[in-house]
Amino acid sequence: MRRAFVPRDDLDKPMVRFDAVTRRFADVTAVDQLSLDIREGEFFALLGPSGCGKTTLLRMLAGFERPDEGRLLLAGQDIAAVPPWRRPVNMMFQSYALFPHLSVAGNIAFGLKQERMPRREIKARLAEMLRLVRLEGLNKRKPHQLSGGQRQRVALARALAKHPKVLLLDEPLAALDKKLREETQYELMALQDRLDTTFVIVTHDQEEAMTMAHRIGVMNHGRLAQVGTPAEIYEQPCSRWVAGFIGDVNFFDGTVDAAGVDGVVVADTAGRRFRAAGTAGIQAGTKVALAVRPEKILLTTAAPDAAAMPVNTVAGKVADIGYLGDLSLYKVRLDDGTVVKASVTNARRFAASDIGWDDTVWLSFAPDAAVVLTE
Amino acid sequence: MRRLSRFNLVSLALGLAFLYVPILILVVYSFNGSRLVTVWGGFSTRWYAALLEDLPLQEAALTSLGIAFVSASAATVLGTLAALTLTRLGRFRGRLPFAAMVYAPLVMPEVITGLSLLLLFVAVGFERGVVTVTIAHTTLTLCFVAVVVQSRLASFDRSLEEAAMDLGCPPLKTFLTVTLPVIAPAIAAGFLLAFSLSLDDIVIASFTTGPGATTLPIRIYSEVRLGVKPEINAVCTIFIAVTAVVVILASLISRRTERPAAG
Repeated sequence: MRRAFVPRDDLDKPMVRFDAVTRRFADVTAVDQLSLDIREGEFFALLGPSGCGKTTLLRMLAGFERPDEGRLLLAGQDIAAVPPWRRPVNMMFQSYALFPHLSVAGNIAFGLKQERMPRREIKARLAEMLRLVRLEGLNKRKPHQLSGGQRQRVALARALAKHPKVLLLDEPLAALDKKLREETQYELMALQDRLDTTFVIVTHDQEEAMTMAHRIGVMNHGRLAQVGTPAEIYEQPCSRWVAGFIGDVNFFDGTVDAAGVDGVVVADTAGRRFRAAGTAGIQAGTKVALAVRPEKILLTTAAPDAAAMPVNTVAGKVADIGYLGDLSLYKVRLDDGTVVKASVTNARRFAASDIGWDDTVWLSFAPDAAVVLTE
Repeated sequence: MRRLSRFNLVSLALGLAFLYVPILILVVYSFNGSRLVTVWGGFSTRWYAALLEDLPLQEAALTSLGIAFVSASAATVLGTLAALTLTRLGRFRGRLPFAAMVYAPLVMPEVITGLSLLLLFVAVGFERGVVTVTIAHTTLTLCFVAVVVQSRLASFDRSLEEAAMDLGCPPLKTFLTVTLPVIAPAIAAGFLLAFSLSLDDIVIASFTTGPGATTLPIRIYSEVRLGVKPEINAVCTIFIAVTAVVVILASLISRRTERPAAG
């Protein structure tokens, strides 16, 4: 997780501001009345399922799409009418879009030549960029002579060469294999820390967004479902959709039975009663969903002591086991047929073999582990 | 590699013989010392020397080369523009008729293309000669250039152009510095194809030519009608060599384009 991001610019003058922006294609509204501020020096991720409008948003920033309605500000200036070749932002493409007829050096220096930078400066900047992405000595190679990882770094260097105010990254790691992708995530974070440039990344990979970004904007149907730090999005999802989209989750649908200062009691549809903490302002009688993440559920094979029966405990039978090595995911079927997922870290070797199919197990979670969702 | 069976070898040999024996005979007889075409009179290059004396033939060759060069150049420009229009403008009104018209000469019998062009030139009172043949050849070869260039453009990654614009390059300059160099091999292959097509065309040329503009194939044909002279064998051998070089060059270039344009 990133160190907390401290905005240093004026809160009224963000680096990027989408102000009620709408973009329609024929009969589809790709971006719908969307407002968003991105701060200077921030690493911001747009996350969402395919077709949610995140790429359209990025392409509007690059200038390839024009907003139909609303304003788009870059460092306080309305850039809606500025063509891509005059915007101080650069983009790294998903396909990398390296010029096949130019060498690595030719590709990286392409943007510098467009602004007629003196040769000496181009040479210095080129050397700086090659060092930055660790491609020294490869400057004469053509793109087809490079590996996938090297091409990715050339694309990154080319997009950074002009020192853009904002770097746009469209699924930058999608074409890399898993190991390389993880390494590259940390490299990108370190790079962003060092350069202090605003990064806006589009991704459908939530792990990628959670690892790299200071803040994440979760998009759905052209709107922002939630904007927040990775921890906020995961631990305090604002809606059932966000909770279900990010990570794994169990839902208990029910009605608030009693509301107090220290929390609420929820009776779910099967008559079970759960306690949830920290839910100020919810009235009794409200229809809610309790969201509990699998790793926050404690799974035990022995029945808890009846006297010391903790709150929020239910019994069930193991219906399915997913062994992932580092942890095991148990699907437990309760009496009424509800299936609850609980994950257990395999801290001890062969710990997973203690629990088998059809074993009766007890699941419990603390009141503050549950999130009460009203929408 | 798989070994060929005897049956395969024989069929391969027969197939190749069917295609190349006539040409081979022509080449061999161009080095025949005898004046009689069917009698071998020892190796000689005298007919090649005789060509140097044959001014009308040389003139026809120059005319052909000139027409081929100009019409291939015009066809390359027009064909490339047609390919760009068909791939880039999307579904504009009249796209289908436009595509049909561009590709019509590809499937139209040459006699019909030639005849209709002749009628056109007569109707508008255009004096027939080198210019009309050049125009006719441009019409004929344009579609071949368009086919070659269009297939390259179809696989062209548009994000290359977006990347160039993103890096500060305006659209026209993007076309010149990125699009054109990337599709250049296809354009060059199209040019060479058009060049060799124009060089060896006789049907359309004989319909659209006039007095004073004799292309090499027409010249050869008219001389052969009076009996095959050994000089003709020599001319044809040179002709085959030129065409072969051009076609091989074109296929080499287009193979380079087909190599994945790794982005």
